[in-house]
This record gives sequence, C-alpha cells and structure tokens, in this order.
Amino acid sequence: MMFDRRLLEHFDWGLLLLVLFISGCGLIVLYSAVMAGWQGNGLHSLFERQLIWIGAGTVVMTGVLFFDFRHLNKLNLVIYGVCAGLLIGVLFFGQSGGGSQRWLSFGGISVQPSELMKIALIISLASIYAARVSPEGLSFRQLIKPAVICMIPVGLIVNQPDLGTGLMLLLIAGSITLFVKVEKKVFLILAGLSGCIVPVVWFFGLKAYQKARILTFLDPDRDPLGTGYHIIQSKIAIGSGMITGKGFLQGTQNALAFLPEQHTDFILSVLAEEWGLVGSAVLLVLYFLLISWGLNIAYNCRNLFGSILAFGITSMIFWQIFINIGMVMGLMPVVGMPLPLVSYGGSSVITNMVGFGILLNISMRRFYTS
Amino acid sequence: MVELQRNKERDWMKQRVMVASLCVLIVFIMLFLRLVYLQLIKGEEYRRLSETNCVRLKSIKPSRGLIFDRYGELLVDNRPAFDLVIVLEDAGSVPDTISFLSSLIDEPYVDLMEQIQKAGVGAVYKPIILKKDISRDQLAIVEAHKFDLPGIYVEIEPTRHYIHPKTAAHLLGYLGEVNKKELESGHFPLLRAGDQIGRYGVEKSFESYLQGRRGGRQVEVDVNGRVVQVLKTVEPEPGNDLHLTLDLPLQQLAEDLLDGRDGSVVALDPSNGDVLVMVSSPAFDQNDFIGGISNNKWRALMENPGRPMSNKAIQGEYPPASTYKMLTAIAALEEKAIDIDTTFFCPGFYTFRGRKYHCWSKYGHGRMNVVKALAQSCDVFFYQAGEKTGVDALAQYARGCGLGRPTGIDLDHERQGLIPTSAWKRERFNEAWYPGETLSISIGQGFNLVTPLQMAVFTAAVANGGTLFRPRVASTIKDVHGQVVAELEPEIIGGIPAGKHTLDLVKKGMVDVIQGDRGTARSIRIKQIQMAGKTGTAQVFSRKTGEKFNSENQVRTLQDHAWFVCYAPAQNPVIALSVIIEHGEHGSSAAAPVAGTLVKKYLGLLEPEQPADAPPEG
Repeated sequence: MMFDRRLLEHFDWGLLLLVLFISGCGLIVLYSAVMAGWQGNGLHSLFERQLIWIGAGTVVMTGVLFFDFRHLNKLNLVIYGVCAGLLIGVLFFGQSGGGSQRWLSFGGISVQPSELMKIALIISLASIYAARVSPEGLSFRQLIKPAVICMIPVGLIVNQPDLGTGLMLLLIAGSITLFVKVEKKVFLILAGLSGCIVPVVWFFGLKAYQKARILTFLDPDRDPLGTGYHIIQSKIAIGSGMITGKGFLQGTQNALAFLPEQHTDFILSVLAEEWGLVGSAVLLVLYFLLISWGLNIAYNCRNLFGSILAFGITSMIFWQIFINIGMVMGLMPVVGMPLPLVSYGGSSVITNMVGFGILLNISMRRFYTS
Repeated sequence: MVELQRNKERDWMKQRVMVASLCVLIVFIMLFLRLVYLQLIKGEEYRRLSETNCVRLKSIKPSRGLIFDRYGELLVDNRPAFDLVIVLEDAGSVPDTISFLSSLIDEPYVDLMEQIQKAGVGAVYKPIILKKDISRDQLAIVEAHKFDLPGIYVEIEPTRHYIHPKTAAHLLGYLGEVNKKELESGHFPLLRAGDQIGRYGVEKSFESYLQGRRGGRQVEVDVNGRVVQVLKTVEPEPGNDLHLTLDLPLQQLAEDLLDGRDGSVVALDPSNGDVLVMVSSPAFDQNDFIGGISNNKWRALMENPGRPMSNKAIQGEYPPASTYKMLTAIAALEEKAIDIDTTFFCPGFYTFRGRKYHCWSKYGHGRMNVVKALAQSCDVFFYQAGEKTGVDALAQYARGCGLGRPTGIDLDHERQGLIPTSAWKRERFNEAWYPGETLSISIGQGFNLVTPLQMAVFTAAVANGGTLFRPRVASTIKDVHGQVVAELEPEIIGGIPAGKHTLDLVKKGMVDVIQGDRGTARSIRIKQIQMAGKTGTAQVFSRKTGEKFNSENQVRTLQDHAWFVCYAPAQNPVIALSVIIEHGEHGSSAAAPVAGTLVKKYLGLLEPEQPADAPPEG
C-alpha cells in the first residue's frame, strides 16, 4: 500500500486532542462517581473497565483511519447487511439483560448489534443520498428506499425492546434527510403524518412504563417516588453545585447514593455537583467545539458522500449529548441515553470512537473528490 | 462543466452545514441557560436541600381490604398496633436506656438487646423494632416516661384483626411476613421486606384483591430525621373488600356443635354452590399469627393430635362409608345392573366366593329394593348392586359426581381424595383387582377416600337435580367506596351422569333415611319440613404407625368416624350439608344431630330443646 504523505499533513490533530481531552475529563468525573463512598481497596472495577474500554476504543479509532472512507460507500450494503443479520441473530440467540434482549455473544465478547447499526445506517443513508441530492430537495419517490433501509433496523430494535436506541436511529435518519433537504411539499406531508402517528404509537406501541416516564416528564408530580424522585435528586445535585461546585470527590448527593445510575446516564449530575457551573460550562463548550468540528469536516469535505457521512456521525454525537443533558436537567423524559465519552459503558465508548475514527478519516482525506 | 456542477453542489452543501450549525448553537445556548437557572438562580435552594441531605422517601402502607360474611357482617378488619422502636443515634447510652425500658414495660433486657444486635451495624439512623404490638398499658407507661427514654419511639402500624377469634379460621386464614425468596421472585412487585401477605385461606387466595397499593411521601427531614415538611404525597390505595358467602351465625353454631370434637362441617347452597359453613375442628386463633407466632404456640399447634392446622373440610380424606351408597345406587341404576323392581334378600350377610360379608345389622333387613336399602343402609343390597356394576363403572360415576378430583374451591392445598380403579391398583400395588374389593368399595369402605367438601358438593348436586357447582367462597369484591370491582359468578363444573328417574329414586331413599319409619336418621326428623340425608360409619381399620398414643387416646382412635350428609327441605332444597366427626362412632348418633340442628337454625326452626338420640346404626 502506497502511503500518501498528504494524509499525515492533513491529519486532524485538533479533533483527536479534543476527543482525548473530553475522555480524560470523563474519567475524572467517573472516578468521582464510582470512588466516592466506596469502601474497597484500589480502583473500583468499573473505573478500571472504563480505562480498558477507552484504550480499546482508541485502538479501534486508529484502525478506522487506515482505509479510504470512500470504500465505505461501495461496501455500504455489505456493512448494512451484516449488522441487520446480527440484529436478527439477537432475535433468536440474543442474551437478555434488564428485561430486553440486546446482546450477542461471540466467544466471551458480547456485542450490542443495535449500536453497530447506528454507524451502518449512517453509511447507507449517506451512500444513497450522495447519489441523489439536488438543491430542490428529495421527492417522495426518492425517499422510499431510505425509509425502508431505516425502518427495518428500527423495527427490530424497538422489538428487543430498546425504545431509546430505536428513537436514536430515527433521529439520526431524520437529521440526515433534512440535511440533504426534501421538497417543501414532502416536508409538510411528513410533518403532518408524524403528527398522526404519535397517538397511534402512544396507544399501541408503548409499554406502560414507557408511557409513565413520558407522563412523569410532562408532570413530575405524577410519580414523585419513582422517576420523578430521580429527576428531583438530579436537579438538587446539579443546582447545589452552584458556581464553583463542591470540589472533587466532595459531592454529597453522589457519595450518599441519592443519584440513580450516577456512573452512566446521570453522570452529568456528578460533574455539575462537584465542579459547579464552571465545570459544566467547560464541558458544554468542549461538546460544542466537538460538534462544530464535525460540522466543519462536513463543510470542508470535497466529496458529497464524505460530507453527508460526517454530518450523520456528528448528528449521532449531538443527539446523545442533547438528550442526556436535557434529561438530567429535567428538560426531557428519562430515557436510557449515555453521555458520549463520559458515561460508563463499553458499547457507547466503542461506537462513538468508531464514529470519531470515521470523522478523522474524512477530515484527513477531505481533498479527495468523488 | 463538471467542475462547475461540483462547485455549485459544494456551495449548497456548505449552506446546509451553516444552517445546521446555527441549530446546534441555539440548542447549546438553551442547555447553558438551563444550567445557569439551576446552578445560579436556584443554586442556593438546591444547595440547602443537598446539605441537609434531606429529601427522603417514606412509604405509606395501604390498608388491607376487609372481609365480610354474606350478610355484610364484618369478620376481619385492621386495627392500629403500636411498635416500640429505637433510633440508636438519638438514644445516648443504649444499655442504660434499654435497661430502664425493660424495667418499665416488664420485658426481658436480653430480648430487647437481641433485637438491636440482630439489626447489625449501619442501622444508626434507622428505627429498629424492639417489640411489636405492645399492649395499651405498656404504651401508656412508655408515653408517660417519654423524656427519660431518649431514642425510643412508638410507631403505629396497621395490623390485621380477626373479630371472632377461631371462627372460620381455616377459611379466613392468616397473614405472614413476605420472605426474601418471594420478594426476589418478582411476583409481588409492590411489596417490600417486612410487608405481610396472605399465608392461608382466603387471605391467601384473594391476596391480589386484598393487598392494595403502597403509597409514599417525599419529605424534607432535619438532621435528626424529623420531618420538617412534606413535599409530595402519593396516597396509598386501600385493598378491596371481600364479601364471603359464609353465614356467620350458622358457622358459629356449627363450631359450637363440634366443640371438643375433631371433624368438619360443610354447608352449601345447592342452587349456586355458595359455601355457607366451613368448619374444621379443632381450629386455631388467627390473631396468634399476627407479627409472627411464638414458638410455644406453634409447637402446641403442631403437636395437637387433632391437627388444628389442617383444614379438614378440604384436606381431610376419609372413607365415605355408607354415604357412598348414594353413588353405588346411581351407578347401578344407570348401568342397568339393578332397576326399581330389583330386590335382594338380606339375611344379615352375603356369601361371596366362599366368604361371608356381613351387613351392619346382624339380624338382616329382609327383602330390600333400592329405596329401602338406602333408607336402612343395607350393606347386603349394595354388595350385590356394586358387584353387578363393577369397580371401573363405579369409579367412572364417582368421578362424574365430582369425587376423586379437586372441587376447585378458591383455597390452597385442596386434596382430591381417591377413587380406586382396577388400573390404579395394578399401577399402585402391581396386583390385580379382587372382586371382593368391589364389595368393600360399594359400601364406601376399602380404598375410597373423599373430603367433606366433595361429599357436600355431591349431596348439593343430588339435591338440585344433578348440577355440580364449584364451591364459591366469595361472591363480590368491592372497592373502598363500595363500588363493585368483581362479581364471582357461580360456576358449573359438571353434572351427575344420571337421569331424573335415577335421581328421584335416590332422593326417595334419602328422604326415607329421615322420614321413613326405619330410616337410620329418623331421630332428627322434625314436624315442619322433610329432610333427606344419608348416614355413614367409617371403620378405622388401622391406626397410623409412628404416632404415640396414651391408652385413652388409643381407644379413641380406634373408634369409627361418623358421617352424615343431607339436604333440606327435601322438596325445594336450600341447604346441603356434609358432617364428619372423627371417631364419633355412628353417623346417626354423632353426625346427624349436628346437621339437623344446623338445618333448623338455617330455616329458622330451631327450638330450645333437642330430640333424644335414637339407637345407633350404620
């Protein structure tokens, strides 16, 4: 393989540093979350495992750099097919955890195909749209194939049941589609149609506990002892951080286990309690930089597929951030959604690292045309 | 041209990215403003809440549903119980406080200390229960010395109260603390450790209705754990009330009649299967089980030879004895082994394959048809009727009449009895069926076993013209406002496989048991109405091995069980009864008067004086 010297020159050191820096901040917060109030010796095993995940994620991210992202365009159906096959495999051979069947095990390594599917769907949609975009926008006929490509995995994942990830796929697909623009007429009809689907989903698609969560969000007084309690405790944790926070390892809400899931979904509450508005604002700025960086890659890429792909990956990161932070601050219903690079969790770390790998890949090959 | 196209495409793409960036910027500004709102504007308030660390969840137990009898008479309700607790953090010197307390309320010091030790470390702030359900006197003393007893508090806990102790104990049942395994099983998502659930009787089978739904309170507490203000409350939902089909006055009378004797009485409404009476004697006091039964009381219950913990109405399996002749008559008539004109001569015994099978009357009954044979309970007639019918046909009819299978009553651990067949014997003993054994089962001796409830269901079916009802213990479930939550409709589980002609003959025989001049239960006859019934005297062949008897007990346990089944009035029955008195000797002398008294009470005919007992017979 011939090494293109330009690749090194164009390497996006800024994005790499940003990703590693946020991961580092994440580890500090996770340390607080799991070590405060812990009686054991040495490091908490969750912290050690997260270190390993970030290490493994970095390796995967680096691996993603070594091929031309344009190959993904050609291989998109293969990747999509494999991921869809794994999702169907989960249906039959999957392992259950917490009431739903999401995992596939290969000789001791468990993978969550729904996570891989996010990336595969983005690649497939980017590939389809790259061949069809026009400033006038897409017509209905052009949207049929993307819609099918999108609904198959969504159906399989919602069936697991994993409503959060299913919703995530829809949000990503919707963002990409709006990004490449649809005809005004199509947009209006789709908007109207989704307005009609919502009540159907509400009455036939949602499980009782899922409805309860949404109702609790709309009216926290409905469930002051369950989810409502979590949200109140989370808000107390965030609010009590005030401007400068209580200091590293000093968070009382965290240490006394008032926070639910403080190392996964509610980790921002730990950060906000211990580092205050200053710390939270720094993280927000870092995330804003990260998203802007991703959009900038889409902006600068000379290859249409690359642009759309970069946008898709960026939207995936964005929605996670928005939903998670909105949730812990009581702006959104409680759905299982980790904070990228900060929350504990292998699947989330690896998927996001693959995403950043693709962004870096596109960025260093931004002068390649189609 | 291509280049131009590309540039145009790129410009357009750049424009889209700019729009997207603007959206992202707006979202991040919104998130930042929310942070500012929470941390700056509301920061002080949340800081205060977090510093006192003061939002706690307190659960509020629901009050359990009440239980009523068929007339709306309250049988089970809830009363406040006072639990004595200690919070170690507030107690100062624990040994001093406890020893003072121990002297005040007269409870052993070591017992109280043991409760604290059991709670273990890490329970400094949590109240530890020292003594559950203290008496009013103890409560008064503790309240009076409140200021000398730092850290000692009284907590009020709703507690089950059985208004008539021992009445219908087996039917009502009792509660027990939910155990760890049940909590982990996920069947009781609303329960927490320390909660009570039904363990026996309808308390158990109607648990899901009676339980109710836990509520809770979000409260702000101060450093001492005292509630400063209530933030949010979710009211508990009280359990639903259960309306039984039980007739309390009749039940109490039946229990009085069985007092001091081991046995069971079941009374049903033949028109719908309502359980009017269900007695199993001796009984236990359900109130003893509240807060856990003491070891001594439990041991006494377990060692009582009368088996008070077993509900004999559904768990007692007895040879049906002569009450089974109703069944033999039905099977023989339907199988055309006999008809209305068939007669057998009874010289007091029946010789079969060179062996003499005795009738209970050693002088013999003379020439008998099926009606007379039922009235006088002639064994010789039924030996021959059964022999002609055959063991397997008898078994088939027995099952059709609801014997040998559970009735499906809403109570746990119902036994199904035993109806032998030739196949059963081959499987069980690897032996062929002997024809002589058919003679034994034809008169209800031998392998057959039935429960008093099965016999009551069977008798009720004979009374109502052949319909077998599932015994119904509860009719309605209502919520706390009196709105009906569920109606438990009567349920038909089968029909006696016999025509009207057959049933009419059997009924005539049963009427003659009481109304006939030579009927075995003529002693309970009354002027106002006609009754129909059948006596039975079950021989106790061998005493169970492994039990220790004193000589007096030994004699008693070799005596026969007394059976009586009946319905009344004979023409339009409103009640069907099955009575068994263990070791009561004769059905006619021991069991029939109990049934007679209950019928009179139910029909409002009870007179103060009782008719004298007639001579005993089978």
